[in-house]
Amino acid sequence: MTLETLSPELAPKLAVELGLKHDEYEKVVEILGRIPSVTELYMYSLMWSEHCSYKHSRKALRMFPTSGDAVLQGPGENAGVIRVGDGWAVAFKMESHNHPSAIEPYQGAATGVGGIIRDIFTMGARPIASLDSLRFGTLDKPRQRYLFEGAVAGIGGYGNCLGVPTVGGEVYFDEAYEGNCLINAMSIGLMREENLTRAVGSGPGNLVLLIGSTTGRDGIGGASTLASQEFDEKAEDKRPSVQVGDPFEEKLLIEACLELLANGLLVALGDCGAAGLTSSISEMASRGGVGVDIDAAAVPQREDAMKAFEIMVSESQERMVAVVTPEDLEAAQAVCAKWGLRSTVIGRITDTGRFVVRMGEEVVADMPAATLAHDAPLYDPAMERPAYLDEAQAFDPMALGHPTTPEALSAMLLELLASPNICSRRWIWEQYDHQVMVNTVVLPGSDAAVLRVGDTGRGEMSERGIAVSSDCNGRYCYLDPYTGAQIAFAEAARNVACSGGRAAAITDCLNFGNPEKPEVFWTFYESVRGLADACTAFGVPVISGNVSFYNESFGQPIYPTPTVGLVGLLDRVEDHCTMAFKQQGDAIVLLGRTKAELGGSEYLKVAHGLVAGKPPKVDLVDERLLTDLVVTAIRTGIVRSAHDCSEGGLAVALAECCIAGGIGAKVDAEGKLPPAAELFSESQGRVVLTVAAEHYDALKTLSATHATPCTRIGTVGGDRLAISGLADVSLADMRAAYEPTLERLVHGADTLQSEELTEG
Amino acid sequence: MRFGVVIFPGSNCEQDVIHAVNHLGHEAGYIWHGDTDLSGFDAIVLPGGFAYGDYIRCGAVARFSPVMAEVVRFAEAGKPIIGICNGFQILAEAHLLPGALLRNVGLKFLCKTVSLRAEESICDWLDVPAGTVLRVPINHNEGNYICDAETLERLKANSQIVLRYCESDGSTAPGGSAPNGALDDIAGICNERGNVFGLMPHPERVVDPLSGGTDGAVFFTAIAKHVAEVAS
Repeated sequence: MTLETLSPELAPKLAVELGLKHDEYEKVVEILGRIPSVTELYMYSLMWSEHCSYKHSRKALRMFPTSGDAVLQGPGENAGVIRVGDGWAVAFKMESHNHPSAIEPYQGAATGVGGIIRDIFTMGARPIASLDSLRFGTLDKPRQRYLFEGAVAGIGGYGNCLGVPTVGGEVYFDEAYEGNCLINAMSIGLMREENLTRAVGSGPGNLVLLIGSTTGRDGIGGASTLASQEFDEKAEDKRPSVQVGDPFEEKLLIEACLELLANGLLVALGDCGAAGLTSSISEMASRGGVGVDIDAAAVPQREDAMKAFEIMVSESQERMVAVVTPEDLEAAQAVCAKWGLRSTVIGRITDTGRFVVRMGEEVVADMPAATLAHDAPLYDPAMERPAYLDEAQAFDPMALGHPTTPEALSAMLLELLASPNICSRRWIWEQYDHQVMVNTVVLPGSDAAVLRVGDTGRGEMSERGIAVSSDCNGRYCYLDPYTGAQIAFAEAARNVACSGGRAAAITDCLNFGNPEKPEVFWTFYESVRGLADACTAFGVPVISGNVSFYNESFGQPIYPTPTVGLVGLLDRVEDHCTMAFKQQGDAIVLLGRTKAELGGSEYLKVAHGLVAGKPPKVDLVDERLLTDLVVTAIRTGIVRSAHDCSEGGLAVALAECCIAGGIGAKVDAEGKLPPAAELFSESQGRVVLTVAAEHYDALKTLSATHATPCTRIGTVGGDRLAISGLADVSLADMRAAYEPTLERLVHGADTLQSEELTEG
Repeated sequence: MRFGVVIFPGSNCEQDVIHAVNHLGHEAGYIWHGDTDLSGFDAIVLPGGFAYGDYIRCGAVARFSPVMAEVVRFAEAGKPIIGICNGFQILAEAHLLPGALLRNVGLKFLCKTVSLRAEESICDWLDVPAGTVLRVPINHNEGNYICDAETLERLKANSQIVLRYCESDGSTAPGGSAPNGALDDIAGICNERGNVFGLMPHPERVVDPLSGGTDGAVFFTAIAKHVAEVAS
């Protein structure tokens, strides 16, 4: 029977409607040697969407270093994997779910978590931790509160049910994200090295088994109509493209898939994410250099009269695709049945190299399998340095009037502690189960989360640990994308080091506007270059990641936001550290040096309402020496607390150490810089440490061998933070400023009216 | 001495309970919810999680799992049963414990360490004197205990209230100390016989100083002692 192709008039029109450009459509025709069928056109349009093909970003991403001794799997699989020692390995990846969340925050965020977690257990790893990096507009807007509250609830609702702890993350609020919030979810999984599984289909005659949920019309075209386009006033109409999550089904999938892998019953495993069956199956086939023959009619459907193309591109959640040998089919299906999961043979592997889709007897698509995953055109988008940069960078923050009296500086410190970008995140993480699996050694609220490496369920424990942090200050990236991306890396490395971990590898989630705009693409390219240079300087590879373009609304792009998710290793998890000041009389030490760098700072925004100036300078050689020093010092056992200086500068860092420890500090100001700069400058390469007074000399000696400035600046004790001549605030006042902000902003405001939810 | 930890589809704290019990030097094994053989176990733990996704109502489906008929027989034989969090909700749905657990006031999931006061009760599964304050995490969306006035009076009269939420000094705040709005600050109760104990907090999370404390150990050591005494 011959394939029913589209009419020559209709095909190019439909192609454009589905998001393909005209020359991309021409390429499809060239590959097929004929006009495509409707199913083929849908499949190509999804696989060649920016979201699935990385057609605008792929060339730039080649700048990233991706190899290293510890790397077991680099980019190109569902997640990257590194060795942690003693036969243990961790898989991790970060991914965006921005566009769905901007339309329906609870389900958007929940399915973001679900999707990234599937990527992790697909590799054969048990998911052990999640982090979430969030960006919203300011919370004085009702819709932003709705998005924020909904996204947090969705992350909790999904992750809590799975029993995977949400251990960290970050959130910023800025007008730049008002029309396009960011939800970046990172998942980390643990496995024994020998259990590493890849989604490589092989063995003609082997069967394709679909496990999990039924397939419906939800999320059709999510990757092309949502993730690869900007938002406009019709955004609300896209709500049907948002998928709905079922965490219970996913929990069963985790258990069943790990049991299937443990019993050696699978040839390959892949998850159905963006572009559904089309992407998971075509990627498996192309990696294995094989063909597939799929019967769409065999796919269990939850809606009537679904067309083949709908079945093939549906993004219904909680579905996995496995390849099994005919001999293992019965045993594999028995495991699925034990967990109450549906499993259905929907096709088989062939040796033709072609992706054939049938609807019963009728062939509805027949194309070279590898062309879907690999032959999307790669672009070299035009680049142009944005016009705003000259003016923004020429701005000199030191030329402004700054507070100088202790009263004004103390009030400013409290105002910064209450700022939504600095204040306590407790309101968020108390909604997340951050302890299940009982491996969370450092809970949320410190610099990085620390997890013990081991499988408590099997009693296989190790002494090792991992420390994880996600970071990115979008304002810095807006003002200088190259430097901003490097700072994102440096801050993550410092956070991990302050917790006792040595940076091992990163994942990234690169959130930008429309790459077809030269000014946007320039910021993307510069960010990638900066991040690549930082990774190279640290000898730390990028092992996985995700690019999210088209983060714009009404033509206005978000700040460039290249989020870094960094995993560090602790040889002994007992050698971890937190930021809380521990003991009266301990010496407070500043590693690194404060410079007058208020550009792009939180102080500049809070005090002057400005996002301007040059972001702080970052010296990667110094940063690497500093993090080595901090980790080494923590391992010697002399460090009582460690905290990196970031937003809000030294004063805020000291205040956070006091609040966390429930104890004050007396600090001597250096007095070389203007007071506001000394307190609130966001100079990079700085860490506040405490050691017992008798260990200060040892720390000083160690610092000298790491060429890092080490200055004793004060002593822990009392119930006030007193910075000589500059600021003096009580612990109670700091707490009152720092703790309740988020809850007050979300709940203190008037009850939401439904019409308000749709404003701006 | 062997603890049996039931796995329902959607349970997610079973490995934590096994780890805690092993850490304290006792044996433990898993029991699949479809199994009906509890021989070889001296105590049963229904762990936390979201059995059957907590769909319909927390514990409403799980109570019909095949294993539950045996759990009821185990309770009737006077043997020790602990239901933690979702396990407490399942015990309530199975009518092994009175009352019900509603959504938290504030309608937010809550994961935080709280103070609990051990009460004078007929439940022997808590290895501390009445009045002791323990620091144990809670982790739930539906922990707001409720029962009718008559039941509450009976719980009090019969000393079935085992644990109450409290302030760090053991006192009760004027408006109550339950973060979830629970009636009379109730965090844990037992049945009339004292052998079935349900609580919302997660003692299995705090038996190891590395992961946050050791106040949870006393929830397992008493059962182990009791079983050893019965055996000797």
